[in-house]
Amino acid sequence: MTAATPLLAIHDLTVEFATRRGTVRAIEQVSLSVARGETLGVVGESGSGKSVSAYSVLRILDRAGRIAQGSIEFSGMRLDQANERILLDIRGREISMIFQNPRAALNPIRPVGRQIEDVLLQHTRAGRSNARNEAIKALQAVRIADPEQRYHAYPFELSGGMCQRVVIAMALACRPQLLIADEPTTGLDVTTQKAVMELVVELSRERRMAAILITHDLGLAAAYCDRIVVMEQGRVVETAPVKTLFQAPQHPYTQRLLRSTPRLDSQIRDLLPEPHSAPVFPPHGAPLLEVRDLVREFPVHGQTQTVRAVDGISFTVHQGESLGLVGESGCGKSTTSAMLMRLLDVSSGHIVFKGENIAAVPAARFAHHPLRGKLQMVFQDPTDSLNPRWTAEHSIADPLVRLSDLSRRQRRLRVQELAERVGLPSNLLSRFPHQLSGGQKARVGIARAIALDPDLVVLDEPTAALDVSVQAVVLNLLADLRADLGISYLFITHDLNVVRLICDRVMVMQAGTILEQGPTEQVLSHPQHAYTRTLLDAIPHPP
Amino acid sequence: MDTLAPRPNTLGRHFLYVLSSNPVTAIAFALFTLIVLTGIFGPLLVPYDPLATHSARALEPPSWDHWFGTDHLGRDVFSRVVVATRLDLLISVAAVSLSFVFGSLLGAMAGFFGGWTDRIIGRVLDTVMAFPLFVLAMGIVAAAGNTIENIIIATAIINLPFYARMVRAEVNIRRNAGFVQAARLSGNSDLRVLATQIFPNALPPIMVQLSLNMGWAILNAAGLSFIGLGVSPPTPEWGIMVAEGANFIVSGEWWLTLFPGMALMLAVFTFNLLGDGLRDLVDPQRRT
Repeated sequence: MTAATPLLAIHDLTVEFATRRGTVRAIEQVSLSVARGETLGVVGESGSGKSVSAYSVLRILDRAGRIAQGSIEFSGMRLDQANERILLDIRGREISMIFQNPRAALNPIRPVGRQIEDVLLQHTRAGRSNARNEAIKALQAVRIADPEQRYHAYPFELSGGMCQRVVIAMALACRPQLLIADEPTTGLDVTTQKAVMELVVELSRERRMAAILITHDLGLAAAYCDRIVVMEQGRVVETAPVKTLFQAPQHPYTQRLLRSTPRLDSQIRDLLPEPHSAPVFPPHGAPLLEVRDLVREFPVHGQTQTVRAVDGISFTVHQGESLGLVGESGCGKSTTSAMLMRLLDVSSGHIVFKGENIAAVPAARFAHHPLRGKLQMVFQDPTDSLNPRWTAEHSIADPLVRLSDLSRRQRRLRVQELAERVGLPSNLLSRFPHQLSGGQKARVGIARAIALDPDLVVLDEPTAALDVSVQAVVLNLLADLRADLGISYLFITHDLNVVRLICDRVMVMQAGTILEQGPTEQVLSHPQHAYTRTLLDAIPHPP
Repeated sequence: MDTLAPRPNTLGRHFLYVLSSNPVTAIAFALFTLIVLTGIFGPLLVPYDPLATHSARALEPPSWDHWFGTDHLGRDVFSRVVVATRLDLLISVAAVSLSFVFGSLLGAMAGFFGGWTDRIIGRVLDTVMAFPLFVLAMGIVAAAGNTIENIIIATAIINLPFYARMVRAEVNIRRNAGFVQAARLSGNSDLRVLATQIFPNALPPIMVQLSLNMGWAILNAAGLSFIGLGVSPPTPEWGIMVAEGANFIVSGEWWLTLFPGMALMLAVFTFNLLGDGLRDLVDPQRRT
């Protein structure tokens, strides 16, 4: 696979950032190389320096960042010494980059076709006369249906997957020799992720282009890369071809990372670095939550008819049970959870919780309902779900202040106890959210949700924003809490691998309806519905 | 248990940190303290009675006796400039507080409830903004009468839409934030969510507006006085002093306008510099 002279060779690269507390080394002595036609995966958790490595290739580091040492050689040229004029020519024409959030990478007030033209004209790959045709061709190349129409579309008119295709079209319009993709599919649905990644791989093969895929997802890197570089805390710890890496990981960090990535046959305890006994769940009890024919309609602007975001769904959660709700973005799962949580009024249908139809209570008045404390939620984004002005202690104590009659002293003790239960060191309780790591913030969110001894907790993608090793710990924490406290979960996610680990039963949702539901094992191994099969197929698995 | 003990004087330490991290902020706070102290103690310390006339010594240039010279009635300009600080500060602080409180209230309601509340409040504010603001202030004072209260109210009204719009936008983007939803789940009613969760988080940008506004308010009050619609003579006030002194510039008595003008400029300058510091002070992200 590897050619004699690599296209890009980074040697002993060290990048420093000047901060208020002196210089910080973001990456240290990083060496890696990519050959023509090769796809290299750079894998690591947040803060491992994978993005900084990529940014330094194009020299688009923040102003505070500086290459302190080492060399970057791109087809015989020293990029680390090149001046801005040369770099301007190289960026986009020789080396292109795709970023994480495609919508943010596009100019919101310019039609996407024009934006592709801009790139072509900038690098004189097209003249005024044929730019339009070339742009349409570029759109065609990324399999955008009806490219003449889409040429005039604004980014907000396109879905996330379509936007990423446009970004890829822009990146590839000038036929670069190297494509750097920084988490190109994070935030996209699994089926879209599959389509986008296959497109990238196919195009790079067609054009004999080298590609660097930066990702936190080992499964994704395994599925689409030839070689993988594993980074930890600014250093490269291991470089190996995909097969070797997965069969015989050398470095302890790689081994840990592999362990915490859920596989088809993993049990929840397998994800942890040390062996633990499997959690013992109490047997399921009587039905706790019964949802019948739940509907939510939203008015469409300027039209008399409405759209049904949730279209008559029915299901039951038993006491002590963990039910998974799986679906892609826009399928209505968030609307469903908002209605269950009584944050949103229902259009019709019943939500019977502990024998009472809580759908009849308007959302605005549910705050003082006696069942409020029994129905809690853990939110998707641990950062967004904590008040930035409140300390962790204050956030955890808030439900106790509002809905319990504990004294100030008792509350303190309860917060201590909760922190201990979710594994949050008690010296972190006085910190503000921005002083906590993602995993710690997730723990604060979980502690807050269980503060009032709820019977049902809705978990809305609680690990989507976390690194895999942190995800492993949080999933195990959730399993322990369920085993110890007998809480029922409704686990909303797009990740079927996680469902396999934590749910007894699973429902698959699409376009506001539930396509199928049943025991997790059965649904995942013998899916009845074609859509479920598509979802299952789209998940990249480590070999 | 020691970790849960109340943190000792964190805000104080944070304040010192903000001052030390940015020299401009430190200067601004120093000047601000000076202005406030002048406002409080100035009248007790001045060498002359600001209202005492002394026709024998009219229009004297600055000297050791009269640092800023004397005006056409022989009053000491230095004493008048110092004494005027209290009144100008009072007008601007009162006006800005009023527009901050009512503007925030209206803006928060508009941003939080949306719909008709938003539309009605929005259109009323647009109506206010549609007038040339200074002319509106003139109109209010002219119609309601030439008193300090009316100057304060007029200044407050013309500044109110800025706060309302800003707060509306800040509240609106946080209306469905995760922590707001979480607070609802914790049993907080809508109004409590607005007051304890959303509004405090909208404060940092408003702080900048607040201090810039203080500068404008002082200028506005002085402007009203300058055209004769504000504080009436012989009360010492920077605007009037500049207006009165303007007649004498032609004949070369520059000190009558220069010193009150400088005081005015220094105050506005201080408030403008203060903004960033105030924002850093209320922004928890800076509290590391």
